[in-house]
Amino acid sequence: MEVVQGGAPVNVAQRRMTLSHLRDREEWLGPLMIGPAILYILLVVGFAFFLAIYYSFSDMTLGSRSLGFVGFKNFAAIIGNTNFRTALWNTFVFAVGSQVLVLVLANTLALALLKDFRGKWFFRLLILLPWVAPISLGTIGWLWILDSTYSVFNWTLQALRILDPKARLIWLGVPHLAMGSIITVHVWRLLPLATVIILAGLSSIPKDIHDAAQMDGASFWRHYFQITIPLLLPVSMVALLFGLVFAFTDMTVIYVLTRGGPYDTTQVLASLAFFTGVVGGDTAEGAAISLFLFPLLLAVAIAFLRIARRAEVT
Amino acid sequence: MGPVAKVRYWLADRAHFGIVLAFTIFTAFPFYWMVITTFKRNSDLINRDNNPFILNEPPTLEHLRVLFNDTLYGVWLWNTAFVGVLVVGITLILAVPAGYALARLSGRWGERLGIGIFLTYLVPPTLLFIPLFRVVVGLGLQDSLWSLVVVYPSFTVPFSTWLLMGFFKAIPRDLEDAAMMDGYSRLGAFAKIVMPISIAGILTVVIFSFTLVMQEFVYALTFISPASKYTVSVGVPTFLVHGDVYFWGSLMAGCFIASVPVAVLYNFFVDRFVAGFTVGAVK
Repeated sequence: MEVVQGGAPVNVAQRRMTLSHLRDREEWLGPLMIGPAILYILLVVGFAFFLAIYYSFSDMTLGSRSLGFVGFKNFAAIIGNTNFRTALWNTFVFAVGSQVLVLVLANTLALALLKDFRGKWFFRLLILLPWVAPISLGTIGWLWILDSTYSVFNWTLQALRILDPKARLIWLGVPHLAMGSIITVHVWRLLPLATVIILAGLSSIPKDIHDAAQMDGASFWRHYFQITIPLLLPVSMVALLFGLVFAFTDMTVIYVLTRGGPYDTTQVLASLAFFTGVVGGDTAEGAAISLFLFPLLLAVAIAFLRIARRAEVT
Repeated sequence: MGPVAKVRYWLADRAHFGIVLAFTIFTAFPFYWMVITTFKRNSDLINRDNNPFILNEPPTLEHLRVLFNDTLYGVWLWNTAFVGVLVVGITLILAVPAGYALARLSGRWGERLGIGIFLTYLVPPTLLFIPLFRVVVGLGLQDSLWSLVVVYPSFTVPFSTWLLMGFFKAIPRDLEDAAMMDGYSRLGAFAKIVMPISIAGILTVVIFSFTLVMQEFVYALTFISPASKYTVSVGVPTFLVHGDVYFWGSLMAGCFIASVPVAVLYNFFVDRFVAGFTVGAVK
Protein backbone atom coordinates (compact mmCIF):
# COMPACT_ATOMS: atom_id res chain seq x y z
CA MET A 1 0.00 0.00 0.00
CA GLU A 2 1.24 3.49 -0.90
CA VAL A 3 1.70 5.93 1.93
CA VAL A 4 1.98 9.75 1.92
CA GLN A 5 3.98 11.87 4.37
CA GLY A 6 1.43 11.68 7.16
CA GLY A 7 1.37 7.89 7.03
CA ALA A 8 -2.34 7.78 6.27
CA PRO A 9 -3.47 5.56 3.41
CA VAL A 10 -5.04 7.47 0.49
CA ASN A 11 -7.26 6.34 -2.33
CA VAL A 12 -6.04 6.06 -5.91
CA ALA A 13 -7.79 9.14 -7.25
CA GLN A 14 -6.37 11.31 -4.50
CA ARG A 15 -2.88 9.94 -4.99
CA ARG A 16 -3.04 10.78 -8.68
CA MET A 17 -4.17 14.28 -7.91
CA THR A 18 -1.38 15.12 -5.50
CA LEU A 19 1.30 13.61 -7.70
CA SER A 20 3.39 13.29 -4.56
CA HIS A 21 4.81 9.95 -5.61
CA LEU A 22 6.24 11.58 -8.68
CA ARG A 23 7.60 14.53 -6.78
CA ASP A 24 9.48 12.12 -4.54
CA ARG A 25 11.14 10.58 -7.52
CA GLU A 26 11.96 13.97 -9.00
CA GLU A 27 14.32 14.63 -6.15
CA TRP A 28 16.80 12.36 -7.83
CA LEU A 29 15.60 12.77 -11.39
CA GLY A 30 16.67 16.44 -11.53
CA PRO A 31 20.28 15.94 -10.45
CA LEU A 32 20.50 12.86 -12.64
CA MET A 33 19.55 14.89 -15.70
CA ILE A 34 21.83 17.84 -14.93
CA GLY A 35 24.68 15.71 -13.61
CA PRO A 36 26.34 14.61 -16.85
CA ALA A 37 26.51 18.16 -18.25
CA ILE A 38 27.98 19.57 -15.03
CA LEU A 39 30.40 16.69 -14.70
CA TYR A 40 31.63 17.21 -18.25
CA ILE A 41 32.05 20.97 -17.79
CA LEU A 42 33.91 20.48 -14.50
CA LEU A 43 36.14 17.83 -16.06
CA VAL A 44 37.12 19.86 -19.12
CA VAL A 45 36.77 23.55 -18.24
CA GLY A 46 37.31 23.28 -14.48
CA PHE A 47 40.23 20.90 -14.71
CA ALA A 48 41.90 22.85 -17.52
CA PHE A 49 41.54 26.06 -15.58
CA PHE A 50 43.07 24.45 -12.50
CA LEU A 51 45.93 23.14 -14.68
CA ALA A 52 46.47 26.61 -16.17
CA ILE A 53 47.03 28.01 -12.70
CA TYR A 54 49.20 25.06 -11.72
CA TYR A 55 51.41 25.36 -14.83
CA SER A 56 51.84 29.07 -14.40
CA PHE A 57 53.61 28.44 -11.10
CA SER A 58 55.81 25.69 -12.59
CA ASP A 59 58.78 25.51 -14.94
CA MET A 60 57.06 23.29 -17.48
CA THR A 61 58.10 23.29 -21.13
CA LEU A 62 56.69 21.39 -24.07
CA GLY A 63 59.46 18.79 -24.07
CA SER A 64 59.92 18.27 -20.34
CA ARG A 65 57.98 16.01 -18.06
CA SER A 66 59.31 17.57 -14.88
CA LEU A 67 57.11 19.91 -12.92
CA GLY A 68 59.20 22.08 -10.61
CA PHE A 69 57.39 24.63 -8.50
CA VAL A 70 58.87 28.05 -9.12
CA GLY A 71 56.39 30.33 -7.35
CA PHE A 72 55.81 33.70 -8.94
CA LYS A 73 58.92 33.50 -11.11
CA ASN A 74 56.95 33.26 -14.38
CA PHE A 75 54.77 36.19 -13.50
CA ALA A 76 57.76 38.28 -12.48
CA ALA A 77 59.53 37.38 -15.73
CA ILE A 78 56.46 38.28 -17.78
CA ILE A 79 55.86 41.63 -16.15
CA GLY A 80 59.52 42.53 -16.63
CA ASN A 81 59.23 41.69 -20.32
CA THR A 82 58.59 44.60 -22.70
CA ASN A 83 56.88 42.28 -25.20
CA PHE A 84 54.30 41.46 -22.59
CA ARG A 85 53.66 45.06 -21.63
CA THR A 86 53.26 45.99 -25.28
CA ALA A 87 50.81 43.13 -25.75
CA LEU A 88 48.82 44.13 -22.67
CA TRP A 89 48.55 47.70 -23.93
CA ASN A 90 47.64 46.54 -27.45
CA THR A 91 44.94 44.28 -26.04
CA PHE A 92 43.29 47.24 -24.36
CA VAL A 93 43.60 49.54 -27.38
CA PHE A 94 42.24 46.86 -29.65
CA ALA A 95 39.36 45.70 -27.43
CA VAL A 96 38.21 49.08 -26.13
CA GLY A 97 38.67 50.79 -29.50
CA SER A 98 36.70 48.18 -31.39
CA GLN A 99 33.91 48.00 -28.80
CA VAL A 100 33.33 51.75 -28.65
CA LEU A 101 32.94 51.74 -32.43
CA VAL A 102 30.73 48.65 -32.33
CA LEU A 103 28.37 50.18 -29.75
CA VAL A 104 27.95 53.44 -31.67
CA LEU A 105 27.51 51.73 -35.03
CA ALA A 106 25.26 48.97 -33.68
CA ASN A 107 22.92 51.51 -32.10
CA THR A 108 22.65 53.37 -35.39
CA LEU A 109 22.13 50.25 -37.45
CA ALA A 110 19.61 48.75 -35.01
CA LEU A 111 17.55 51.93 -35.15
CA ALA A 112 17.62 51.78 -38.96
CA LEU A 113 16.58 48.13 -38.96
CA LEU A 114 13.67 48.70 -36.58
CA LYS A 115 11.67 50.28 -39.37
CA ASP A 116 10.01 47.94 -41.85
CA PHE A 117 11.08 48.20 -45.47
CA ARG A 118 11.02 46.09 -48.58
CA GLY A 119 13.64 43.32 -48.70
CA LYS A 120 14.50 43.74 -45.02
CA TRP A 121 15.13 40.01 -44.50
CA PHE A 122 17.73 40.05 -47.28
CA PHE A 123 19.60 43.02 -45.84
CA ARG A 124 19.49 41.42 -42.42
CA LEU A 125 20.99 38.23 -43.84
CA LEU A 126 23.84 40.20 -45.44
CA ILE A 127 24.41 42.16 -42.25
CA LEU A 128 24.61 38.95 -40.20
CA LEU A 129 27.15 37.26 -42.48
CA PRO A 130 30.35 38.39 -40.73
CA TRP A 131 29.15 37.01 -37.42
CA VAL A 132 28.10 33.63 -38.78
CA ALA A 133 30.92 32.93 -41.22
CA PRO A 134 33.93 31.21 -39.65
CA ILE A 135 36.05 34.06 -38.36
CA SER A 136 39.29 32.73 -39.79
CA LEU A 137 37.79 32.50 -43.28
CA GLY A 138 36.19 35.94 -43.19
CA THR A 139 39.54 37.31 -42.08
CA ILE A 140 41.23 35.77 -45.13
CA GLY A 141 38.80 37.74 -47.25
CA TRP A 142 40.20 40.83 -45.53
CA LEU A 143 43.76 39.60 -46.00
CA TRP A 144 43.15 39.74 -49.73
CA ILE A 145 41.33 43.08 -49.52
CA LEU A 146 44.30 44.52 -47.59
CA ASP A 147 46.98 42.84 -49.72
CA SER A 148 50.14 44.91 -50.05
CA THR A 149 50.19 44.80 -53.87
CA TYR A 150 46.61 44.25 -54.95
CA SER A 151 44.61 46.01 -52.23
CA VAL A 152 41.29 47.17 -53.59
CA PHE A 153 41.44 50.10 -51.18
CA ASN A 154 44.66 51.34 -52.74
CA TRP A 155 43.19 50.91 -56.21
CA THR A 156 40.09 52.91 -55.25
CA LEU A 157 42.09 55.66 -53.55
CA GLN A 158 44.29 55.92 -56.65
CA ALA A 159 41.29 55.92 -58.99
CA LEU A 160 39.81 58.78 -56.94
CA ARG A 161 43.19 60.57 -57.16
CA ILE A 162 43.45 60.68 -53.37
CA LEU A 163 46.54 58.52 -53.44
CA ASP A 164 49.43 58.97 -55.84
CA PRO A 165 49.43 56.19 -58.49
CA LYS A 166 53.00 55.28 -57.54
CA ALA A 167 52.33 55.24 -53.80
CA ARG A 168 50.96 52.28 -51.89
CA LEU A 169 49.57 51.99 -48.40
CA ILE A 170 50.82 48.79 -46.80
CA TRP A 171 47.77 48.22 -44.63
CA LEU A 172 49.16 45.38 -42.56
CA GLY A 173 52.82 46.37 -42.58
CA VAL A 174 52.86 49.80 -40.93
CA PRO A 175 52.22 49.93 -37.14
CA HIS A 176 49.26 52.31 -36.90
CA LEU A 177 47.68 51.16 -40.15
CA ALA A 178 47.98 47.54 -39.02
CA MET A 179 46.25 48.27 -35.71
CA GLY A 180 43.58 50.25 -37.53
CA SER A 181 43.04 47.36 -39.96
CA ILE A 182 42.70 44.87 -37.15
CA ILE A 183 40.23 47.04 -35.27
CA THR A 184 38.21 47.45 -38.48
CA VAL A 185 38.06 43.70 -39.07
CA HIS A 186 36.98 43.17 -35.48
CA VAL A 187 34.28 45.81 -35.72
CA TRP A 188 33.13 44.10 -38.91
CA ARG A 189 33.01 40.77 -37.14
CA LEU A 190 31.24 41.85 -33.91
CA LEU A 191 28.87 44.50 -35.28
CA PRO A 192 26.14 42.00 -36.31
CA LEU A 193 25.85 40.40 -32.88
CA ALA A 194 25.65 43.74 -31.09
CA THR A 195 23.12 44.97 -33.64
CA VAL A 196 20.72 42.06 -33.26
CA ILE A 197 20.97 42.22 -29.46
CA ILE A 198 20.21 45.95 -29.41
CA LEU A 199 17.48 45.47 -32.02
CA ALA A 200 15.83 42.94 -29.70
CA GLY A 201 15.98 45.57 -26.96
CA LEU A 202 14.50 48.24 -29.23
CA SER A 203 11.65 46.00 -30.33
CA SER A 204 10.75 45.21 -26.75
CA ILE A 205 10.14 48.85 -25.73
CA PRO A 206 6.35 49.13 -25.42
CA LYS A 207 4.83 51.20 -28.19
CA ASP A 208 2.80 53.43 -25.85
CA ILE A 209 6.02 54.87 -24.40
CA HIS A 210 6.95 56.14 -27.86
CA ASP A 211 3.42 57.32 -28.51
CA ALA A 212 3.38 59.26 -25.26
CA ALA A 213 6.66 60.97 -26.13
CA GLN A 214 5.34 61.85 -29.55
CA MET A 215 2.18 63.31 -28.08
CA ASP A 216 4.30 65.47 -25.81
CA GLY A 217 6.05 66.78 -28.92
CA ALA A 218 9.54 65.46 -28.15
CA SER A 219 11.98 65.92 -31.05
CA PHE A 220 13.73 62.90 -32.58
CA TRP A 221 17.01 63.51 -30.69
CA ARG A 222 15.36 64.35 -27.41
CA HIS A 223 13.20 61.27 -27.75
CA TYR A 224 16.27 59.16 -28.59
CA PHE A 225 18.53 60.40 -25.81
CA GLN A 226 15.97 60.74 -23.04
CA ILE A 227 13.75 57.76 -23.68
CA THR A 228 15.29 55.19 -26.00
CA ILE A 229 18.89 55.23 -24.72
CA PRO A 230 18.02 54.83 -21.01
CA LEU A 231 15.66 51.96 -21.82
CA LEU A 232 18.32 50.33 -23.96
CA LEU A 233 21.02 50.53 -21.31
CA PRO A 234 20.74 46.98 -19.91
CA VAL A 235 20.67 45.34 -23.32
CA SER A 236 23.50 47.54 -24.61
CA MET A 237 25.50 46.39 -21.58
CA VAL A 238 24.93 42.79 -22.58
CA ALA A 239 26.11 43.53 -26.12
CA LEU A 240 29.15 45.35 -24.75
CA LEU A 241 30.07 42.52 -22.37
CA PHE A 242 29.92 39.90 -25.12
CA GLY A 243 31.92 42.16 -27.39
CA LEU A 244 34.57 42.74 -24.72
CA VAL A 245 34.94 39.03 -24.04
CA PHE A 246 35.26 38.18 -27.72
CA ALA A 247 37.63 41.07 -28.44
CA PHE A 248 39.87 40.67 -25.39
CA THR A 249 40.34 36.95 -25.90
CA ASP A 250 40.49 36.66 -29.68
CA MET A 251 43.66 35.71 -31.47
CA THR A 252 42.27 34.50 -34.79
CA VAL A 253 42.09 37.87 -36.54
CA ILE A 254 45.61 38.75 -35.48
CA TYR A 255 47.00 35.32 -36.28
CA VAL A 256 45.64 35.40 -39.82
CA LEU A 257 46.33 39.04 -40.64
CA THR A 258 49.61 40.05 -38.97
CA ARG A 259 50.82 37.31 -36.60
CA GLY A 260 51.43 40.12 -34.12
CA GLY A 261 53.62 42.14 -36.48
CA PRO A 262 54.94 44.56 -37.60
CA TYR A 263 57.40 44.66 -34.69
CA ASP A 264 54.84 43.27 -32.21
CA THR A 265 52.67 46.36 -32.64
CA THR A 266 49.55 44.21 -33.00
CA GLN A 267 50.57 41.45 -30.58
CA VAL A 268 47.85 40.87 -27.96
CA LEU A 269 47.79 38.68 -24.84
CA ALA A 270 46.02 35.77 -26.52
CA SER A 271 48.38 35.65 -29.50
CA LEU A 272 51.44 36.17 -27.30
CA ALA A 273 50.32 33.23 -25.14
CA PHE A 274 50.01 31.12 -28.27
CA PHE A 275 53.42 32.06 -29.66
CA THR A 276 55.09 31.61 -26.25
CA GLY A 277 53.27 28.54 -24.96
CA VAL A 278 52.63 26.50 -28.11
CA VAL A 279 54.98 27.68 -30.86
CA GLY A 280 57.79 28.57 -28.45
CA GLY A 281 57.16 25.54 -26.23
CA ASP A 282 57.30 27.44 -22.93
CA THR A 283 54.14 25.98 -21.41
CA ALA A 284 54.56 27.64 -18.02
CA GLU A 285 55.05 31.15 -19.32
CA GLY A 286 52.30 30.79 -21.93
CA ALA A 287 49.86 29.64 -19.25
CA ALA A 288 50.85 32.57 -17.05
CA ILE A 289 50.28 35.06 -19.90
CA SER A 290 46.82 33.77 -20.70
CA LEU A 291 45.91 33.87 -17.00
CA PHE A 292 46.14 37.65 -17.23
CA LEU A 293 42.87 37.41 -19.16
CA PHE A 294 41.15 35.97 -16.11
CA PRO A 295 40.58 39.09 -13.94
CA LEU A 296 38.89 40.69 -16.91
CA LEU A 297 36.62 37.71 -17.43
CA LEU A 298 35.77 37.69 -13.76
CA ALA A 299 34.70 41.33 -13.95
CA VAL A 300 32.54 40.56 -16.98
CA ALA A 301 30.99 37.55 -15.22
CA ILE A 302 30.07 39.69 -12.20
CA ALA A 303 28.52 42.32 -14.45
CA PHE A 304 26.46 39.61 -16.16
CA LEU A 305 25.26 38.25 -12.82
CA ARG A 306 24.09 41.70 -11.78
CA ILE A 307 22.17 42.18 -15.02
CA ALA A 308 20.63 38.72 -14.71
CA ARG A 309 19.62 39.35 -11.09
CA ARG A 310 18.00 42.65 -11.98
CA ALA A 311 16.09 40.89 -14.76
CA GLU A 312 15.00 38.27 -12.24
CA VAL A 313 13.64 40.82 -9.78
CA THR A 314 11.64 42.91 -12.23
CA MET B 1 -0.11 64.94 -47.28
CA GLY B 2 1.08 68.26 -48.68
CA PRO B 3 3.91 68.45 -51.22
CA VAL B 4 6.46 69.65 -48.64
CA ALA B 5 5.61 66.83 -46.29
CA LYS B 6 5.83 64.42 -49.21
CA VAL B 7 9.33 65.58 -50.12
CA ARG B 8 10.43 65.41 -46.51
CA TYR B 9 9.02 61.92 -46.21
CA TRP B 10 10.76 60.89 -49.42
CA LEU B 11 14.07 62.36 -48.22
CA ALA B 12 13.83 60.62 -44.85
CA ASP B 13 13.07 57.39 -46.63
CA ARG B 14 16.09 57.74 -48.94
CA ALA B 15 18.35 58.67 -46.01
CA HIS B 16 17.15 55.64 -44.11
CA PHE B 17 17.80 53.39 -47.08
CA GLY B 18 21.22 54.99 -47.54
CA ILE B 19 22.22 54.15 -43.97
CA VAL B 20 21.08 50.54 -44.31
CA LEU B 21 22.86 50.23 -47.64
CA ALA B 22 26.13 51.66 -46.31
CA PHE B 23 26.17 49.18 -43.42
CA THR B 24 25.28 46.32 -45.74
CA ILE B 25 28.15 47.17 -48.06
CA PHE B 26 30.52 47.18 -45.07
CA THR B 27 29.39 43.77 -43.81
CA ALA B 28 28.89 42.03 -47.15
CA PHE B 29 31.76 43.44 -49.20
CA PRO B 30 34.34 40.78 -48.21
CA PHE B 31 31.91 38.08 -49.35
CA TYR B 32 31.32 39.83 -52.66
CA TRP B 33 35.09 40.00 -52.94
CA MET B 34 35.38 36.26 -52.34
CA VAL B 35 32.85 35.47 -55.06
CA ILE B 36 34.30 37.72 -57.72
CA THR B 37 37.85 36.56 -57.00
CA THR B 38 36.74 32.94 -57.29
CA PHE B 39 35.70 33.42 -60.91
CA LYS B 40 38.49 35.76 -62.06
CA ARG B 41 41.34 34.57 -64.22
CA ASN B 42 44.81 34.98 -62.72
CA SER B 43 45.83 37.35 -65.51
CA ASP B 44 42.89 39.54 -64.53
CA LEU B 45 43.73 39.33 -60.82
CA ILE B 46 47.32 40.48 -61.20
CA ASN B 47 46.71 43.25 -63.73
CA ARG B 48 46.67 46.37 -61.61
CA ASP B 49 45.25 48.51 -64.42
CA ASN B 50 42.03 46.51 -64.45
CA ASN B 51 39.02 47.65 -62.51
CA PRO B 52 39.09 45.12 -59.64
CA PHE B 53 35.36 45.35 -58.90
CA ILE B 54 34.25 43.59 -62.07
CA LEU B 55 35.25 40.65 -64.25
CA ASN B 56 37.50 42.05 -66.98
CA GLU B 57 37.95 38.68 -68.68
CA PRO B 58 35.51 35.80 -69.11
CA PRO B 59 34.88 33.90 -65.84
CA THR B 60 36.79 30.71 -65.10
CA LEU B 61 36.14 27.60 -63.02
CA GLU B 62 39.86 26.83 -62.81
CA HIS B 63 40.17 28.02 -59.18
CA LEU B 64 37.35 25.73 -58.07
CA ARG B 65 38.93 22.82 -59.93
CA VAL B 66 42.28 23.46 -58.19
CA LEU B 67 40.56 23.79 -54.82
CA PHE B 68 38.80 20.46 -55.00
CA ASN B 69 41.35 18.46 -57.02
CA ASP B 70 44.75 19.74 -55.97
CA THR B 71 44.21 20.66 -52.32
CA LEU B 72 42.86 18.84 -49.28
CA TYR B 73 39.82 21.11 -49.18
CA GLY B 74 37.36 18.23 -49.62
CA VAL B 75 39.04 16.34 -46.79
CA TRP B 76 38.80 19.40 -44.54
CA LEU B 77 35.09 19.77 -45.27
CA TRP B 78 34.63 16.11 -44.45
CA ASN B 79 36.65 16.43 -41.22
CA THR B 80 34.56 19.42 -40.19
CA ALA B 81 31.34 17.54 -40.84
CA PHE B 82 32.65 14.52 -38.90
CA VAL B 83 33.58 16.58 -35.85
CA GLY B 84 30.42 18.68 -36.20
CA VAL B 85 28.02 15.73 -36.22
CA LEU B 86 29.68 14.05 -33.23
CA VAL B 87 29.86 17.27 -31.22
CA VAL B 88 26.21 18.08 -31.99
CA GLY B 89 25.27 14.56 -30.80
CA ILE B 90 27.22 14.89 -27.55
CA THR B 91 25.82 18.37 -27.01
CA LEU B 92 22.24 17.16 -27.36
CA ILE B 93 22.80 14.18 -25.04
CA LEU B 94 24.21 16.46 -22.33
CA ALA B 95 22.26 19.68 -22.83
CA VAL B 96 18.68 18.51 -23.49
CA PRO B 97 18.19 16.72 -20.14
CA ALA B 98 20.15 19.42 -18.31
CA GLY B 99 18.09 22.21 -19.85
CA TYR B 100 14.86 20.45 -18.99
CA ALA B 101 15.90 19.74 -15.43
CA LEU B 102 16.94 23.35 -14.92
CA ALA B 103 13.62 24.56 -16.28
CA ARG B 104 11.36 22.18 -14.38
CA LEU B 105 12.96 20.07 -11.70
CA SER B 106 14.88 22.62 -9.71
CA GLY B 107 13.62 25.49 -7.67
CA ARG B 108 15.52 28.65 -6.89
CA TRP B 109 18.95 27.12 -7.32
CA GLY B 110 18.05 26.14 -10.88
CA GLU B 111 18.22 29.73 -12.10
CA ARG B 112 21.58 30.31 -10.43
CA LEU B 113 23.00 27.05 -11.70
CA GLY B 114 21.75 27.94 -15.18
CA ILE B 115 23.58 31.26 -15.08
CA GLY B 116 26.67 29.52 -13.73
CA ILE B 117 26.63 27.09 -16.64
CA PHE B 118 26.03 29.93 -19.07
CA LEU B 119 29.06 31.82 -17.74
CA THR B 120 31.38 28.95 -18.61
CA TYR B 121 30.54 29.74 -22.23
CA LEU B 122 32.47 32.95 -21.72
CA VAL B 123 35.66 31.16 -20.65
CA PRO B 124 37.65 31.54 -23.86
CA PRO B 125 39.74 28.90 -25.64
CA THR B 126 42.72 31.23 -25.34
CA LEU B 127 42.66 30.77 -21.56
CA LEU B 128 42.43 26.98 -21.65
CA PHE B 129 44.24 25.86 -24.79
CA ILE B 130 47.67 25.45 -23.22
CA PRO B 131 46.64 23.08 -20.41
CA LEU B 132 44.17 21.29 -22.68
CA PHE B 133 46.96 20.76 -25.18
CA ARG B 134 48.92 18.91 -22.47
CA VAL B 135 45.84 16.86 -21.58
CA VAL B 136 45.28 15.97 -25.23
CA VAL B 137 48.92 14.90 -25.56
CA GLY B 138 48.60 12.92 -22.33
CA LEU B 139 45.58 11.07 -23.71
CA GLY B 140 47.45 10.35 -26.95
CA LEU B 141 44.88 12.30 -28.95
CA GLN B 142 47.15 14.94 -30.51
CA ASP B 143 46.83 15.16 -34.29
CA SER B 144 43.52 13.30 -34.07
CA LEU B 145 40.08 14.69 -34.78
CA TRP B 146 38.91 12.98 -31.59
CA SER B 147 40.75 15.61 -29.56
CA LEU B 148 38.31 18.17 -31.00
CA VAL B 149 35.31 15.90 -30.42
CA VAL B 150 36.27 15.65 -26.73
CA VAL B 151 36.98 19.35 -26.19
CA TYR B 152 34.43 21.20 -28.37
CA PRO B 153 31.38 20.37 -26.25
CA SER B 154 32.98 22.56 -23.56
CA PHE B 155 31.71 25.60 -25.45
CA THR B 156 28.63 24.12 -27.11
CA VAL B 157 27.09 22.53 -23.99
CA PRO B 158 26.92 25.66 -21.77
CA PHE B 159 25.18 27.87 -24.28
CA SER B 160 22.93 25.08 -25.54
CA THR B 161 21.84 24.22 -22.00
CA TRP B 162 21.02 27.87 -21.43
CA LEU B 163 19.05 28.15 -24.68
CA LEU B 164 17.11 24.97 -24.00
CA MET B 165 16.34 26.01 -20.43
CA GLY B 166 14.67 29.15 -21.74
CA PHE B 167 12.90 27.14 -24.39
CA PHE B 168 11.49 24.53 -21.98
CA LYS B 169 10.41 27.24 -19.55
CA ALA B 170 8.21 28.72 -22.26
CA ILE B 171 6.25 25.47 -22.57
CA PRO B 172 3.17 25.51 -20.28
CA ARG B 173 3.55 23.23 -17.27
CA ASP B 174 -0.06 22.16 -17.63
CA LEU B 175 0.82 20.01 -20.63
CA GLU B 176 3.09 17.77 -18.58
CA ASP B 177 0.85 17.85 -15.51
CA ALA B 178 -2.05 16.65 -17.63
CA ALA B 179 0.09 13.90 -19.14
CA MET B 180 1.29 12.80 -15.74
CA MET B 181 -2.25 12.65 -14.44
CA ASP B 182 -2.98 10.36 -17.35
CA GLY B 183 -0.37 8.03 -15.94
CA TYR B 184 2.85 9.12 -17.64
CA SER B 185 5.93 9.34 -15.48
CA ARG B 186 7.91 12.59 -15.53
CA LEU B 187 10.39 11.10 -18.00
CA GLY B 188 7.55 9.70 -20.08
CA ALA B 189 5.86 13.10 -20.24
CA PHE B 190 9.18 14.67 -21.19
CA ALA B 191 9.83 12.18 -23.98
CA LYS B 192 6.29 11.88 -25.35
CA ILE B 193 4.84 15.36 -24.79
CA VAL B 194 7.63 17.92 -24.38
CA MET B 195 10.18 16.63 -26.89
CA PRO B 196 7.87 16.57 -29.93
CA ILE B 197 6.84 20.21 -29.45
CA SER B 198 10.46 21.22 -28.78
CA ILE B 199 11.79 20.28 -32.21
CA ALA B 200 12.33 23.95 -33.07
CA GLY B 201 14.39 24.52 -29.94
CA ILE B 202 16.45 21.39 -30.51
CA LEU B 203 17.05 22.35 -34.13
CA THR B 204 18.25 25.75 -32.92
CA VAL B 205 20.82 24.05 -30.72
CA VAL B 206 21.90 21.79 -33.59
CA ILE B 207 22.53 24.75 -35.92
CA PHE B 208 24.17 26.80 -33.21
CA SER B 209 26.54 24.03 -32.12
CA PHE B 210 27.43 23.16 -35.68
CA THR B 211 28.33 26.75 -36.58
CA LEU B 212 30.45 27.01 -33.42
CA VAL B 213 32.34 23.89 -34.49
CA MET B 214 32.87 25.32 -37.98
CA GLN B 215 34.15 28.59 -36.53
CA GLU B 216 36.53 27.18 -33.93
CA PHE B 217 40.13 27.99 -34.70
CA VAL B 218 42.37 28.08 -31.63
CA TYR B 219 41.95 24.50 -30.37
CA ALA B 220 42.20 22.98 -33.83
CA LEU B 221 45.31 25.02 -34.60
CA THR B 222 46.92 23.94 -31.33
CA PHE B 223 45.98 20.26 -31.17
CA ILE B 224 46.48 19.22 -34.78
CA SER B 225 49.46 19.49 -37.10
CA PRO B 226 49.12 17.15 -40.14
CA ALA B 227 47.33 18.94 -42.98
CA SER B 228 45.05 15.98 -43.68
CA LYS B 229 43.49 16.26 -40.20
CA TYR B 230 42.59 19.94 -40.31
CA THR B 231 39.09 21.29 -40.12
CA VAL B 232 38.15 23.79 -42.78
CA SER B 233 38.58 26.91 -40.61
CA VAL B 234 42.21 25.99 -39.88
CA GLY B 235 43.12 24.22 -43.11
CA VAL B 236 42.35 27.15 -45.38
CA PRO B 237 44.29 29.86 -43.51
CA THR B 238 47.30 27.75 -42.53
CA PHE B 239 47.78 25.44 -45.45
CA LEU B 240 46.50 27.44 -48.40
CA VAL B 241 47.90 30.80 -47.31
CA HIS B 242 51.42 29.97 -46.27
CA GLY B 243 52.81 28.57 -49.45
CA ASP B 244 55.18 30.73 -51.47
CA VAL B 245 52.48 31.57 -53.98
CA TYR B 246 49.08 32.75 -52.84
CA PHE B 247 46.32 31.03 -54.80
CA TRP B 248 43.88 33.82 -54.17
CA GLY B 249 41.20 32.45 -56.47
CA SER B 250 41.08 29.03 -54.81
CA LEU B 251 41.54 30.58 -51.39
CA MET B 252 38.54 32.88 -51.79
CA ALA B 253 36.45 30.03 -53.22
CA GLY B 254 37.32 27.94 -50.15
CA CYS B 255 36.32 30.74 -47.81
CA PHE B 256 33.05 31.45 -49.56
CA ILE B 257 31.89 27.84 -49.83
CA ALA B 258 32.50 27.20 -46.14
CA SER B 259 30.88 30.44 -44.93
CA VAL B 260 27.75 31.29 -46.78
CA PRO B 261 25.51 28.17 -46.84
CA VAL B 262 25.70 27.80 -43.06
CA ALA B 263 25.08 31.51 -42.64
CA VAL B 264 21.86 31.30 -44.62
CA LEU B 265 20.67 28.43 -42.44
CA TYR B 266 21.68 30.29 -39.28
CA ASN B 267 19.65 33.28 -40.36
CA PHE B 268 16.40 31.38 -39.84
CA PHE B 269 17.17 30.82 -36.18
CA VAL B 270 18.83 34.06 -35.27
CA ASP B 271 15.98 35.42 -33.13
CA ARG B 272 16.21 32.42 -30.84
CA PHE B 273 19.97 32.87 -30.37
CA VAL B 274 19.41 36.51 -29.56
CA ALA B 275 16.84 35.53 -26.93
CA GLY B 276 19.58 33.43 -25.35
CA PHE B 277 22.25 36.11 -25.68
CA THR B 278 20.25 38.82 -23.98
CA VAL B 279 20.28 36.89 -20.66
CA GLY B 280 16.86 38.10 -19.59
CA ALA B 281 17.72 41.78 -20.10
CA VAL B 282 14.98 41.89 -22.73
CA LYS B 283 11.51 40.90 -21.60
